[in-house]
Amino acid sequence: MRNSAAILGKELRLYFFSPIVYVVAAVLLGITDYLFYAQTMFYAAVSAQMMRFQQNLPQMNLHSAIFAPTLMNMSVILLLILPLLTMRLLAEEKKNRTMELLLTSPLSVTQILFGKFFAALFVYLILLALTLHLPIGLSLLSEVTWAPLGAAYLGLALMGGMFLAMGLFASALTENQIVAAVLSFGILIGFWLVGAVSPEEGGRAAEIVHYLSMSAHLDNLVKGLIDTRDVVYFATMTGVGLFLAHRVVDSHRWK
Amino acid sequence: MISVQHLSKGYGETTAIDDVTFTVERGEVLAFLGPNGAGKTTTLRILAGLIAPTSGSATVAGYDVLTDPMAVKRRIGYLPDHPPLYAEMTVDEYLTFTAKIRGLRGAAVTAARHAVLEKCALGDVRGRLIANLSRGYCQRVGLAQAMIHNPDVLILDEPTVGLDPKQIIDIRELVKSLAGTQTIILSTHILPEATAVCQRVVIINRGRIVAVDSRERLSTQLRKSEKMVVRVRRGDAVDLGQLHKIEGVTQVTPQETAAGGDPTAREWMIESEVGADIREAVAATIVQQGWGLLEMRPVVASLEEVFLQLTTQEQGVEGAYAA
Repeated sequence: MRNSAAILGKELRLYFFSPIVYVVAAVLLGITDYLFYAQTMFYAAVSAQMMRFQQNLPQMNLHSAIFAPTLMNMSVILLLILPLLTMRLLAEEKKNRTMELLLTSPLSVTQILFGKFFAALFVYLILLALTLHLPIGLSLLSEVTWAPLGAAYLGLALMGGMFLAMGLFASALTENQIVAAVLSFGILIGFWLVGAVSPEEGGRAAEIVHYLSMSAHLDNLVKGLIDTRDVVYFATMTGVGLFLAHRVVDSHRWK
Repeated sequence: MISVQHLSKGYGETTAIDDVTFTVERGEVLAFLGPNGAGKTTTLRILAGLIAPTSGSATVAGYDVLTDPMAVKRRIGYLPDHPPLYAEMTVDEYLTFTAKIRGLRGAAVTAARHAVLEKCALGDVRGRLIANLSRGYCQRVGLAQAMIHNPDVLILDEPTVGLDPKQIIDIRELVKSLAGTQTIILSTHILPEATAVCQRVVIINRGRIVAVDSRERLSTQLRKSEKMVVRVRRGDAVDLGQLHKIEGVTQVTPQETAAGGDPTAREWMIESEVGADIREAVAATIVQQGWGLLEMRPVVASLEEVFLQLTTQEQGVEGAYAA
C-alpha cells in the first residue's frame, strides 16, 4: 500500500498542477448552482400556489422537490466531466513512455491502478464536497433534512467510483487521451441508457437489463433510500472497471 | 549475475530475437552491439520484465524474469531507449518519486537523491522543470532514476544516443566509474562505444547472436574479413603447408564436412589478409597437387556483415577525446 501511496501522491500533484481540475470544478459548480437556483425558484412558485389551494402540502419537502432533481441532473453532468479526470491517467503514461518506468519498478499492476484510482476518487470527493455549499446555504433559510441528503451523497460518491473505474479502463485501452475520454463517455452513457428498455416488455432479459441500468440504482439512493442492492451494484461496477483495467495493463507483457 | 538461455521473441509473423544465449558476470560491463533493428531493445525489455519472451528463459541475480518478476525488478535499474520522464515535474521531484516507487522511504530517499544528483552532475538543474531541460540533461536524469536505488544490475538501452560528443564522453565515464560495483548491460549500435566502455561485447544481428568475446579479441577477429571454404575430394592427401605457402593466407582451419557424398572429401576454411585476392592461387595449388577441387565458395560471415554496419565513424568524438 505504501507503493500505491507514492503513485497517489504523484497523481494528486499532477492533478492540482494542471488546469483540468479547476476547469472541471468551475463547470460542475457553475451548472449545478444554476440548476439548484432554477429548481428552488420553481419550488417557490409551486408551493405558493399550493398554499393558496391547500393541496398536497405534506408531500412537498425540500429533499424530493429540490435536492433529488438537482442531484440527479448533476449526475448527468458528472457523467460528462468525470471522464476528463481519468482520460490522462494511463493514456499519458503510455504516450510519454513513462509506463515503462512504472512497469519496471517493483510495483504490481494493482498498486499502480489503486494509486491512480484513489487519486481520482479523492479529487472527485473534493468536488462533491464543494457542492455541499448548496444544502448548507439553504439550511440557513429553511429546514434541511440531512439524513436523505446523506444517502444521496453516498449514492453520488458510489456512482463516481464506478465512473472513475470505467474511465481508468478506457484510459488503459489507448495512448490517446481524447479516445480514452470518448470511450468512457460511450461506456457510461451505455449504462445510463439501458434503463430505457422497460421491464414490462417481458421476461428475464428485461430484468437483467433493468438491473444493469445505472439510473434506477442511483434514483433510489438520491431519493434517500439506502438499499444494499444499489450499493452492491455500484461497488461491483467499480470492481469490474478496475479488473478490466488490470487485465489490459497486464496484457502488455504478452504482446 | 545475468543469464539468458535460448531466448526468442516474435511479434506476430516477425521474429525479433531468435535463440539468444549469453551470461554476464557480477561487476562486468557488457555491451550489446548491433545495428538498428537487431533485437537489442527487445532483449533488454525482456530482461527488465517489460515483455515476456516467446520461449527460453532469463534470470537476473538468480531470479527468473518470468516467474519471479518482482524480485528481478527490485534488483534492476532500467533506462529505456526513450528516458521515461514527467515533463511537469522538477528534477528533484522526479527523483524523489522514482526513489519512492523503488521502495525507499524517509531519509533514504533524500540520501539517494543527493548521491545520484552528484554522480550524474545534475546539481545545477535540480530545481528546474524537466520540460525545460536539454536532451543531454534529460538523458542524465533518466540515468539517475535507473541508479537511484543502487541496483545490482543496470540495464541501459542506447544511453548515449542523440547526445553531443562532450555529453557522450561524460556518460561513458560515468558508466566506466560504475564498473566493478554494479553489473551493467548496455546496448549500442556504435562499435567504438562498445570497445570504449565494456569488457565484453555481444554482437547481435537480425535477432541472432553472431559473436561473444572480450573487446581485445573481438577487434582482431573483426579485421580478418576475407574467408573462403574449399572442398576437395582427396582430403587425406592434403598438405596444409602447401596452402600456407600461398601469399596472403593467414590461417587454414578444417571444417566439419557435411554428411553424404564422398567419404574422403574434406573442407577447409582459408583465411587471408584483407584485400588479398587468393582465389586463383588457391585453385591453382589444389589442381597442381591433384587433390580434386570440388567446391570453392566465399564466406560472408555474418560478423563481417555486421561489422560493416557498425564501423560508423563517430564524428567529433575522437576529436573531443584529443582535446
